[in-house]
Amino acid sequence: MTTATTVPTTPRKASIRKSGGKLRALRRNRLALTGGIIAAVFVLAALFAPLVAPYDPSQPDFGNVLAEPGAAHWLGTDDLGRDQLSRIVHGARASMQVGLVAVVLAFLVGVPLGLLAGYYGRFADTAVSRLTDTMLAFPFLVLAVGLAAILGPSLTNATIAIGISQIPAVIRITRAETLRLKHVDYVAAAVANGGGDGTVLFRHILPNATSALIVQATVGIPAAIIGEALLSFLGLGVQPPDPSLGVMLSGAQSFLAPAPWLAVFPGLAIVAATLAFNLLGDGLRDVLDPRGATR
Amino acid sequence: MTETVPEPARKTPAGPVLSVRDLSVSFRSDTRTVHAVDGVSYDLAPGEVLAVVGESGCGKSVTSMATMGLLPPTARIGGSIRLAGRELVGASEKELQKVRGKDIAMIFQEPMTSLNPVLTIGRQIGEVLRRHQGLSRKEARARAVELLELVGIPAPARRVDEYPHQLSGGMRQRVMIAIAVACDPAVLIADEPTTALDVTVQAGILEVLQSLRERLGTAIVLVTHDLGVVADAADRVLVMYAGRAVEQAPVYDLFASGRHPYTRGLLGAVLRPGGEGKRRLPEIPGLVPSLDSQPDACTFAPRCSRADDTCTGSRPGFRAVDREAGADAPHRAACWHPYADGETADPYADGEAAVSGEPTPVAAGREAPRTPARADDPGTRPDQEAGK
Repeated sequence: MTTATTVPTTPRKASIRKSGGKLRALRRNRLALTGGIIAAVFVLAALFAPLVAPYDPSQPDFGNVLAEPGAAHWLGTDDLGRDQLSRIVHGARASMQVGLVAVVLAFLVGVPLGLLAGYYGRFADTAVSRLTDTMLAFPFLVLAVGLAAILGPSLTNATIAIGISQIPAVIRITRAETLRLKHVDYVAAAVANGGGDGTVLFRHILPNATSALIVQATVGIPAAIIGEALLSFLGLGVQPPDPSLGVMLSGAQSFLAPAPWLAVFPGLAIVAATLAFNLLGDGLRDVLDPRGATR
Repeated sequence: MTETVPEPARKTPAGPVLSVRDLSVSFRSDTRTVHAVDGVSYDLAPGEVLAVVGESGCGKSVTSMATMGLLPPTARIGGSIRLAGRELVGASEKELQKVRGKDIAMIFQEPMTSLNPVLTIGRQIGEVLRRHQGLSRKEARARAVELLELVGIPAPARRVDEYPHQLSGGMRQRVMIAIAVACDPAVLIADEPTTALDVTVQAGILEVLQSLRERLGTAIVLVTHDLGVVADAADRVLVMYAGRAVEQAPVYDLFASGRHPYTRGLLGAVLRPGGEGKRRLPEIPGLVPSLDSQPDACTFAPRCSRADDTCTGSRPGFRAVDREAGADAPHRAACWHPYADGETADPYADGEAAVSGEPTPVAAGREAPRTPARADDPGTRPDQEAGK
C-alpha cells in the first residue's frame, strides 16, 4: 500500500458486506446508535432488575406515599408509597419479556407458514394467504379481550394475544422473501445439484431472508411493548400489584393533579423504549438493505 | 486429487451416456401453447464434448433444463432422455434428486449469482458431497480443497473458507464447476458457461472443462451461441433453430462444410479478422418465427434463399447428408436443399441481397449457380420428397 489511490473500492466494498462492516456502518448512524444504547439499557435493566432496583417494587411504605422525586426516591413514590424507579425497572422487565416472547412466538409460527406459502405456492399459498387476511381482519383489541375472557387476564395470555397479532406481518414478509429467493440463480443451482426441499428452504432461502426478518423483529418488539402497556392499562395483562408500565399508568390516572410524576415517568419509559427499538430498526434496515450497501 | 486419475470405469463402457430421442417441450398458457423444443434427438458418448448452438430462443437452454428435469411444472415434455440407460422423462422428483449433481450436473450462465452469498464456498461444494457420497463435514471440506485445486483456483486451502463475494467472476465459475464435478458425474451440462465472463477468463474456463474431460472422462454438453467457443472446445456440434435440430456434425465438418443454409448463415455472420475488407457483416434476414405452431414445413424456409414449395409444404427429416453413409452417419441435416460438400456459394455473402431482406428474388438469382453444384447429388431427392 504505497499511495492512497491504491486503496480503492474493492476492499472497502468487501468490508461493508462483512458483518464487521455492518456494525461499523450502524455505528456511523447517530440515531441508530442512540436507539441501540437506550435499547441496551432497557434490556440490561430488565435482565438485572432485582440488582438495579433500589427498593422492592411491591413493598408499600405507607409513611411515604406520593412522595415527590428526590434523593431517597429518585422518581418519587406512588399512592401506596412504592418506589417509582424500582417499579419502572421491574415494569421494563415485563415489557421486554412480552416484547421478546411475543416476537419469538410470531416468528415460530409465521416463518414456517411464510416459507410454505412462498415456496410451494398454489394451494398452500392460497390457504396461508387467506388465513393471514382473516387474522388481519381481527382487531388486535378484540382478539386480546376475547383471549382474556376465555383464558383469564394474565401476562402470559397478553403475550399470546400480542404474538398472534404479529403473525400475519411475519408470514407476509417471509412469503415475499421466499417468492423472491425461489427464483434466484443459486437456488436453481442447489436444485440442479440434487438439493431437496429441505436443503433449499433451510440452507439457501431462509439464511438469505434473515436481513428482512431481523428488521421485522426490531419493528415487532416496540409494537409488542406498546401492546403490553395497553393491555395492562386495560387490566388484561399484568395484574396489580405486579409492576408494569401499563399498570402504573392506569394507577396514575387518579392522581394526575397531586402527583403528575406518576404518569410522566412510566409514560416516558414507554416512549423511550419504543423509540429506541424503532430507531435501531430503522438503522438496521438501512445497513442490511443490499441496495444501501453500495453507497 | 492426485493427477494420475485413471480413466474411471463408467457404468456404460460402450454406447452413449446420454441419449435424447425425439425430445419435445411445450409450455401451455391460457391463451397459447409455445413449442419450445420440437423433436430433438442426440447422443453423447463418454468423454465427448457436444456443442449445442443457435440464436437466442431456439430452445438450447430449454433442452438442457429438460435434461436436468428442471423445467417448471407448466412444461409438457415428450420423447425420451436416457442417462446411462435410465429414463429421466417422467421420473419422480425423488429419483431426479438422486441423479442431479451425482450422475448429471449443470453449470449455469451467471457465476455472479449462482453461489449462495451466505455460505462459504467450501460448504457449498461440501453440500453436494455430503448429500450424494455421505461424507462427513471434515471429509467434505478436505475434498472441496482438492476440487478447488482441480479447477485451478490458487491457494485452495485458504479460498475454501471464503465467501462468494470475495471471489472474481472467473473464480466463481470455477467454483461452480468444482461443485458440478464434485461427485464425478458422467455428464456435465454447461449452459453458456463463459457468456458472462471476459474473453481471457473464458479461455481459462474452457481449459478447465477440457482438462476435466481428459482427466475424469466427463462428457460435456456445451450450450453456447459463441462459435469461437465451439471451434475451440467441441468434438461435435448440434445446430438448433426454432426448437428443432437442423444440423449435426463433427466440429471440423461443420465449419468446413456446413450443409444447412442456417448453419451457413450462422457461420457467415461471424467476424473474421483480416476478412474481405470493408463490407457489411452478412446477417440472416428476417426473424425467428413464433413457436406457437408446429408447421409441417421447414421453419427456416421464410428466411432461406433456397426455399421452394417443398420447404413450405412439408417438414424435412433429419437425415445423413451423404446418401451412402446410412442413418447413423455423424453428419446429418434437416433440409430439403442442403449445400453439397464443397459448395461455397454463400447466400448472404453479397451484402446487398442480405440487407434487402427480400428472399424471393435472391432465391431466383441463385437458381443458376445452384444447379451445377447439385449435379453431384443426383435425382434421389425428388424420390424422397415424393415418398414423404
